[in-house]
Amino acid sequence: MKAYTLLFALFCLVLSNCAEAPGTPSAASSGAPVVAGGQENVKDDVSQKDVVKVAVGSPDHTTLVKAVTAAELVTALSNAGPFTVFAPTNAAFDKLPAGTVSQLLEPGKKADLQDILQYHVAVAVFKPEMLRDGQVISMANGGNITIGVKDGKITVNGTANVIASVPASNGIVHVIDGVLLPK
Amino acid sequence: MRTKHFFNPLTFTALLFAAAWFSACGPKNPTTATVGDAASKVYVAPGSYDEFYNIVSGGFNGQVSVYGLPSGRLLRIIPVFSQFAENGWGYSEETKPMLNTSHGFVPWDDSHHIALSTTNGEHDGKWAFVNANNTPRIARINLKTFRTEEIIEIPNSSGNHSSPFITENSEYAVAGTRFSYPMDGQGKNPDVAISTYKENFKGTVSFVSINPENGRMGIGFQVLLPGVNFDLSRCGRGPSHDWFFFSCYNTEQANTLLEVNASQKDKDFIMAVNWKKCEEYAKAGKGRKEQVRYAHNVYSDETHTGTSTIENEVIVLDPKELKDIVYFMPCPKSPHGCDVDPTGQYIVGSGKLAAVIPVFSFDKIQKAIADRNFEAEYEGIPVLKYDAVLHGEVQKPGLGPLHTEFDGKGNAYTSFFVSSEIVKWDIAKLQVLDRVPTYYSIGHLCVPGGPTRKPHGKYVIAYNKITKDRYLPTGPELTQSAQLYDISGDKMKLLLDFPTTGEPHYAEAIPASLVQPNSLKIFKIEENKHPYVAKGEKEAKVVREGNKVHVYMTSIRSHFTPDNIEGVKLGDEVYFHVTNLEQDWDVPHGFAVKGSNNSEILIMPGETCTLKWVPDRVGVVPIYCTDFCSALHQEMQGYVRVSPAGSNVPLKWTTGGTPEANNF
Repeated sequence: MKAYTLLFALFCLVLSNCAEAPGTPSAASSGAPVVAGGQENVKDDVSQKDVVKVAVGSPDHTTLVKAVTAAELVTALSNAGPFTVFAPTNAAFDKLPAGTVSQLLEPGKKADLQDILQYHVAVAVFKPEMLRDGQVISMANGGNITIGVKDGKITVNGTANVIASVPASNGIVHVIDGVLLPK
Repeated sequence: MRTKHFFNPLTFTALLFAAAWFSACGPKNPTTATVGDAASKVYVAPGSYDEFYNIVSGGFNGQVSVYGLPSGRLLRIIPVFSQFAENGWGYSEETKPMLNTSHGFVPWDDSHHIALSTTNGEHDGKWAFVNANNTPRIARINLKTFRTEEIIEIPNSSGNHSSPFITENSEYAVAGTRFSYPMDGQGKNPDVAISTYKENFKGTVSFVSINPENGRMGIGFQVLLPGVNFDLSRCGRGPSHDWFFFSCYNTEQANTLLEVNASQKDKDFIMAVNWKKCEEYAKAGKGRKEQVRYAHNVYSDETHTGTSTIENEVIVLDPKELKDIVYFMPCPKSPHGCDVDPTGQYIVGSGKLAAVIPVFSFDKIQKAIADRNFEAEYEGIPVLKYDAVLHGEVQKPGLGPLHTEFDGKGNAYTSFFVSSEIVKWDIAKLQVLDRVPTYYSIGHLCVPGGPTRKPHGKYVIAYNKITKDRYLPTGPELTQSAQLYDISGDKMKLLLDFPTTGEPHYAEAIPASLVQPNSLKIFKIEENKHPYVAKGEKEAKVVREGNKVHVYMTSIRSHFTPDNIEGVKLGDEVYFHVTNLEQDWDVPHGFAVKGSNNSEILIMPGETCTLKWVPDRVGVVPIYCTDFCSALHQEMQGYVRVSPAGSNVPLKWTTGGTPEANNF
């Protein structure tokens, strides 16, 4: 649980890349403004952070945030959820073969990138205490992951370790040290 | 103003033909009554905000509703005096005390008038006050939460109509009796013949004090008055700051067929009360303490709970003894509206049956008082000479004047029920400048900031009593309606009809900029002081106290803790104390149990609400969330097992397995 506190301490970065938020008083404009995105644009510095803001606030997750943005998943993950996000660190992405990430970030590869990222998201909240050894969880891309629990340590697919868990308003983020590849 | 041409000329011509074709069977005049660019003037683009909040009384629904202007979009219904099963107001254990009165639980009322709090006579965006006509009460709504935070009952009162209008610094809200009734001076309504009206019936006006810090109300003092009907009222402004003006009718003191018998005299009264002097006398102990009973109900956002206290004393001032606090001014024919212009210099009386609108001059009133220019006394109260206090009369303004609002540019806007129109007139010159029809039969009207020193102008909104063919029909019971008019130019222009909930009586409109920045998003869970809160799932539990079973329950996307409860028995009273653990804006959870004779409840983030449930049969009963909260909302459910009385099924609660495994 120490990792919680550590990670929280890092999350003081304020989300600053918002598009022009809706809601300026305009009595008589004649056309609907088209604002890209959804709830990620809501100005709200009171509520608990959602899973996207948790990731954005973490300096260890810049690659993930870049990927989620390129895959156009920011809006979905800013919505009501509930979500469990397995969030690979920058170091986890660095472990992939050279060039993999930059290749996935190319416009033509969006579907592949979405598939990989959605393999990191479950629509339900799985707190660490709820995870059991051998538990199979169905992920947003349609694939399954298998949880391992040994000596209090949680692993995913036997390849990634859960190194911290951070509650978010719309779910929970489990920080992992490996990228999960859909089978 | 940006303009866009949506239609090509051909389409436009076709539309004109269509309009002409339909006008044969549609409402009379509506299309010609609006202006060509009306749509663009009321169009608020998706995602954009309205410029004003319109806080509207709900009349017979006992509630207050909030609309955006100029769009007319309904934003919220705030439950006040009437139970609201939709969110549990008046049904939950926390809110039941808010509807307590000296008559016990009164779960409905008739709310007519809104007064927004002011500082130095200008809107400050803190509170909205609303009256209950039936069982006399005033409620205060906090504009941070848009929730009813306090309700105070008015003793020695019946039919609290001329209420809750407030003084310039929100020092007092007033409450005057519409129905005079026998008062014995001991807080009792004695058993006397109705025909003894003239002898026994009395009226009062109460000044309800408002704490400037937290808005807390108290009965400051009451003024005992002759038995007549008090109708509407307004505080003075600027030079007339110390005064309050009330319209009175039935100075004939009829107790039957008022339709005829209260219209005998040519003139009734506008009553001027020097509230500053009253306050002085009350503080100096010149009032009489009277033993009464009234409920004072306060809701706390810390405990999320309302408490009701019965209070027992009021100070009553008698103007027969305190000669310089109340004066009557003759006013033609059963005055209804009694409105004060932004300068505080002019008081407009609107006699429902009068052919003129009299405008009184505050300076002249002061002079007449100083000169003791009285024409008579009415039950020991001086009556000032009409001509001595009159600024002048607006001649033949229309039929059935009711209410007047102001634009701060020297113009008044008066509603006319009988002739169904709004008439704009010049206050100083008493000249009619413009008139527009309303569809149909306007009652109150509202200019944003109209009853303040600095009206925001721009629009006048008509609140109509009859809609008939204005909207698609819905059987015999039709929607109520409001109409928005542009008053920025010389001529009033109809822009929009919008339906309203309940029957709108008085309303106020306030710039969004004074309210929006203070709007609360969530209740902080760490500040929750509810006695049955569970601040996390680890605090969830079920406790039996005799036949009372207290469930300390939590809700978070997307489950309740506990969601399986056993050991409840027939004969038990189950209290579900549900805490919404979410700390996320706009994520309420609901809670409902099958067969609840009570209601459902909605719980806002960080809040605790309690639903009492008395099971009536043995079996397993589902519970579930009624507010679509998440993708797994439909999974947000659970069961309560109800066993026979005397059963030995132990009390047990879980979520996701056995109690041992339930340490999430």
